[in-house]
Amino acid sequence: MLKTGFMMKALPGLMAVAAAGGLVSTLASGAASAASFKGQTLTIAFQVYGGGNQNTIWLTAVKKQFLKMYPGVNVTFVPINASENQYYTKLDLMQQSPRTAPDICVEDTFLVNSDASAGYLLPLNKFVNQWPAWKKEFYPPMQKAAEATNGTVYGVPFNTDTRGIYYDMPMFRKLGVKVPWQPHSWADVLRMAHLIKSKEPGVVPLWFMSGKPMGEASTMQGFEMLLYGTHNTLYDNRTGKWIVQSPGFLDSLQFVRTIFTQGLAEPLQDALTPQSSVIATQQLMPQQKVGMLLDGVWEYSNWLPTGGHPWPQWHSVYGVAKMPKQNGGGYTSLSGGWTLSISSKTKHAQLAWDFIKLATDRNNMLKIDLLDGNVTPRRDVAAMPAYKKAGQGMLAQFAAFNSFTQFRPAYAQYPTISNDIQTAMENVMTNSATPQQAMQQYARAVTTYVGAKHVESAR
Amino acid sequence: MTTTPATLPRASAQESRTRRRQAARAALFLAPAVVAMTIFFFGPVLWTFYISFTNVALTGPTATHYQFTGLKNFSIMFSSRSFWQAVLVSLYYLAGSALIGQTVLGLLLALLMQRANAAVRAVVGGIVIAAWVIPEIVKAFTWFAFLSQGGTLDNILQWLGLPQPAWLFTQPLLSVIVANTWAGTAFSMMVYSAALSGVPGELVEAARIDGASLWQTLFRVVLPVIKNSIMTNTILITLQTLGDFTLVYAMTGGGPGTQTSVLPVYMYQQAFSFYQLGYGSALSMILLLIGIVASLFYIKLLRVEL
Repeated sequence: MLKTGFMMKALPGLMAVAAAGGLVSTLASGAASAASFKGQTLTIAFQVYGGGNQNTIWLTAVKKQFLKMYPGVNVTFVPINASENQYYTKLDLMQQSPRTAPDICVEDTFLVNSDASAGYLLPLNKFVNQWPAWKKEFYPPMQKAAEATNGTVYGVPFNTDTRGIYYDMPMFRKLGVKVPWQPHSWADVLRMAHLIKSKEPGVVPLWFMSGKPMGEASTMQGFEMLLYGTHNTLYDNRTGKWIVQSPGFLDSLQFVRTIFTQGLAEPLQDALTPQSSVIATQQLMPQQKVGMLLDGVWEYSNWLPTGGHPWPQWHSVYGVAKMPKQNGGGYTSLSGGWTLSISSKTKHAQLAWDFIKLATDRNNMLKIDLLDGNVTPRRDVAAMPAYKKAGQGMLAQFAAFNSFTQFRPAYAQYPTISNDIQTAMENVMTNSATPQQAMQQYARAVTTYVGAKHVESAR
Repeated sequence: MTTTPATLPRASAQESRTRRRQAARAALFLAPAVVAMTIFFFGPVLWTFYISFTNVALTGPTATHYQFTGLKNFSIMFSSRSFWQAVLVSLYYLAGSALIGQTVLGLLLALLMQRANAAVRAVVGGIVIAAWVIPEIVKAFTWFAFLSQGGTLDNILQWLGLPQPAWLFTQPLLSVIVANTWAGTAFSMMVYSAALSGVPGELVEAARIDGASLWQTLFRVVLPVIKNSIMTNTILITLQTLGDFTLVYAMTGGGPGTQTSVLPVYMYQQAFSFYQLGYGSALSMILLLIGIVASLFYIKLLRVEL
């Protein structure tokens, strides 16, 4: 309270100046002063799941600052308690009607194109163009992630992420493996998994997100981490077509089949549940029952004091390695991230923008990026000492994967195609289909969805 | 004599006036229900019917600017392997849990209860009905807790020194069939108990005197008498089982793979996980059609007059 005392005293004065001098210019320029927002209510929708309250903590802090700047304004939180896939569905259902659409929502970058083309999101170009930090501080690849294909901006990214392999360092040492460990091909990873399986009963050798219940996490942390390490991809940027059949796709499915049918991955009942990553990170990893986990940078935030399962010793146990390409010759990672976006149905666009601007300024951005253990999209945040030593240096290690990371082809059709990938994975891991059959089913589903003119096969 | 023609029209006029007034009052009292039904029931049904012929989605370009696509959803459906898989799973689920499980077990219980003494009737009836009255999601969770790994059944098996397979993964369809049988048998039992108490005692006695065996009495005398109840019950539980979503979704989520992906779960996935609202609605139309066809089939089979 001592600290805020000054602000409290200074604010009414500032307000008076703003009110006296601002009224004429407000009417003339169209820029609104704080007073004109009195009585307005902003609603903000975000996901809460698995015991972590990072978004709530961050937005609550921002709300407090915001209400001081805009007295008489209401900010209402709409926390959606759902797994990732269900969160997207719920959000899209809310976006359909002006009565339920939140003014601001926390939006996954992979849905930006899709939701923008659905007309749910407000273009933010006129706002970001007048915001010096946008040009100066935000990394261009992250700005791209929040844009539609035509360059329209639909959100301000507040985090990005990379993916790699968490591994149990004491266990590896015990098995006679030199730490830090770095595999150079899929075969190295599989060899390690076999070693863990034979020497450490009761331990899941390689925890791998796969199948429908885990939603986009299966596609991105699982399948695409394989596929983008082959010489194939999901989408051909040159021809603008979806690649529905390729050797890389087949090999990736074969990898999924190998680990799930040879007992190298988690048991099916722990994979085919929306709880899969919670089981891994909050239950089994703190007991050192997981040898390797292929997942994103944010997972260590589960073990921070603000996470779902605080575990102070985590950094002496889990290290991180780069995911190798299929046959060596480099590494692979994928990046996504989240944005704050404004609903096209909002009646308080300016106020919503002011909130977003505050929430993604240097200090508030640092707060959320440290809370959920994610890579920052801002240069000035990356330079802050608190950021550099976050997660005992693990955050910086993951951030370095930026040099070889790739982005999903997040076109409007991507979310549906991603679901078809999850179906293919699940059919392979449960042995309902061979990799070849699963790929053919995938090809058929995508062809039906996007049309035969927009698909191709690759060699 | 002269008064009759004079009074009769007057009486009937008064009568018809009364009737009209009654009709108006009935209409008045029915109006809220009719309005509510129109808005909240027929409205959505018609809307669903309409969008099943469009390509409307939950996100993407066709979320707001969707087109009428005619029968395309249906042609995609009929050429899709996963649709036919869902139909097949639904039929297994229906046959296993509703027709074999609930009907047979319900009838058996009703017959046994008829002969049991009051104490047994109260205890058994109480237990069976308790399973029926608890909310569906609680039933689903109970069965999930019972069958999941490290659950109640596993503990019992471990105590007996037996292997503990992951039931929901090795026998997913059987698991949901058993759960639904458990959940729904009480309804059939109650319907049959009521029907059986309506079977005239002298009819059964006469059959006995004529030397009919127990089976003959059951199949030739008792069942034909309660034929109407059998049909009503079968139709009701068929529709209920075909439309069942909660129990299956909460226990297995339709998985693993597509092994328990009954039509409502498949429909939910298409509409709300894969964002294809139009296609999901088309599926719900097919589900409705299957329900109607099944009902007509029973009516024909049992030769019941409506």
